[in-house]
Amino acid sequence: MSSSNLETGTHPDVNLEATDLGRKSSMALLAQATAQELRQFWNDWENKPEVETLRGPETGLVMVRGRIGGGGSAFNLGEATVTRATVRLGNGAVGHAYALGRSSEKVRLAAVFDALWQEPVHRQAVADEVLAPIAKRLGESLEQKRAETAATKVDFFTMVRGDD
Amino acid sequence: MYVAVKGGEAAIRNAHKLLADRRRGDRSVPAIGLDQIVEQLALAVDRVMAEGSLYDAELAALAVKQARGDMIEAIFLVRAYRTTLPRFGYTKPVETSQMMIERRISATFKDLPGGQLLGPTFDYTHRLLDPELAEDMPVEMPDKRVEAHEHTPRVTDILGHDGMIEADGDMPDGSEIGDLTREPLTFPLERDLRLQALARGDEGFLLGLAYSTQRGYARSHPFAGEIRIGEVEVELEVAELDFPLTLGRIRLTECQMVNQFKGSSKQPPQFTRGYGLVFGQSERKSMSMALCDRALRARELGEDITAAAQDEEFVISHSDNVQSTGFVEHLKLPHYVDFQAELDLVRRMRGEHENQKSQIKEAAE
Repeated sequence: MSSSNLETGTHPDVNLEATDLGRKSSMALLAQATAQELRQFWNDWENKPEVETLRGPETGLVMVRGRIGGGGSAFNLGEATVTRATVRLGNGAVGHAYALGRSSEKVRLAAVFDALWQEPVHRQAVADEVLAPIAKRLGESLEQKRAETAATKVDFFTMVRGDD
Repeated sequence: MYVAVKGGEAAIRNAHKLLADRRRGDRSVPAIGLDQIVEQLALAVDRVMAEGSLYDAELAALAVKQARGDMIEAIFLVRAYRTTLPRFGYTKPVETSQMMIERRISATFKDLPGGQLLGPTFDYTHRLLDPELAEDMPVEMPDKRVEAHEHTPRVTDILGHDGMIEADGDMPDGSEIGDLTREPLTFPLERDLRLQALARGDEGFLLGLAYSTQRGYARSHPFAGEIRIGEVEVELEVAELDFPLTLGRIRLTECQMVNQFKGSSKQPPQFTRGYGLVFGQSERKSMSMALCDRALRARELGEDITAAAQDEEFVISHSDNVQSTGFVEHLKLPHYVDFQAELDLVRRMRGEHENQKSQIKEAAE
């Protein structure tokens, strides 16, 4: 599967054997995790490192931009809440996280997993135990929505009226 | 001399306590949860997000609850909240062509690639009240159809290939993207600022104006080229990372209105366009926005400005319901001194009127 699909973080069958899954994709998945998921993964994580919070978690706004006509010049559509955090692990690895919404706990844990992911010794474990389940859930939910939408597709047919 | 009149603190305190009580209503009825509002009054939440101009479903639900379902009050609450938060930055423009589509229809092409996807629509319902909904009856799961994912190109791109329709709008090179939350509006506006104002504008106001264009006040003979609803990814560039960061997904409604043509000696006739883009699922608002956007392009397209919907200063200055309600509702606040002054004035004028009358009478005698 191509990395461009992975980068959307939404492809149904994300293959996480690939430890070369880029940091962008990894962070995209963490941003779309739920607080509950990350809490669970953190509880299950063995040998938890020391975590120092360098920034936040703090909630602010981003101005979401659209494009005139859908593909033209940018315009400001409206704002969205975003929460961000930066953490440092005991061994010095620094992790960042940004996600829509106001969940401080989720974003702090996302930053912790981002820091862990950057350490080669932990990358595979983060991919297997954290990113893979998130990708699986997102993929399944996407497939379900697609199938539900597809069921509402109009199949036009022609009706012959009268007989000439 | 200015005399401040004090008083009313106790009355105000008790009024707010009474408001809290009435908001809660009958205590034997369970309180409504934010999750229930988000899930079951989703379109109310969407409207508050769109016109509050803040994408956060849980906050919008809280606002709906706090406002007792008064939408404009809820929108006001959301707008007030946003002023308390710092701005982290501007996202990359969302790509609606990459939308994860939940509904997509075109009124211009029957057989378009990707098909007509009705999604969760009120269209074709009979608008008969459903007594079953009054009870908590079990609801069937939706049907599914598994098929290869089909590309859903934008209708405007299909038309655009032949030059039959004007391109997506481009601002002049080097122009800064206007932001009405940062700079006060000065007219005339560029299209980017107009779209920002329309996106947060009152649905009812824009709907009325859009309707007026259909009834002949700035007629533009529109077709709903395409309406799509679904989720798009939001990306932000941040200083600490050298790639754009995915923040998550938001649901948007986009409307591409295709309108009557325009041509010149240099350019062959082609369809013109109006654009609507709104937070959440809001077809009516996005269509109204697109019709108003098209009407407001009158100056740019060299059309005569004859109708209210084409008057940018009129439309944009009155489209914001928080501003409108603020000024209309401020009339409730004490104007005792103002009114006293007017009362005196009327008394004096009446006195003068009496004098004049008696003078005329005397002269006649």
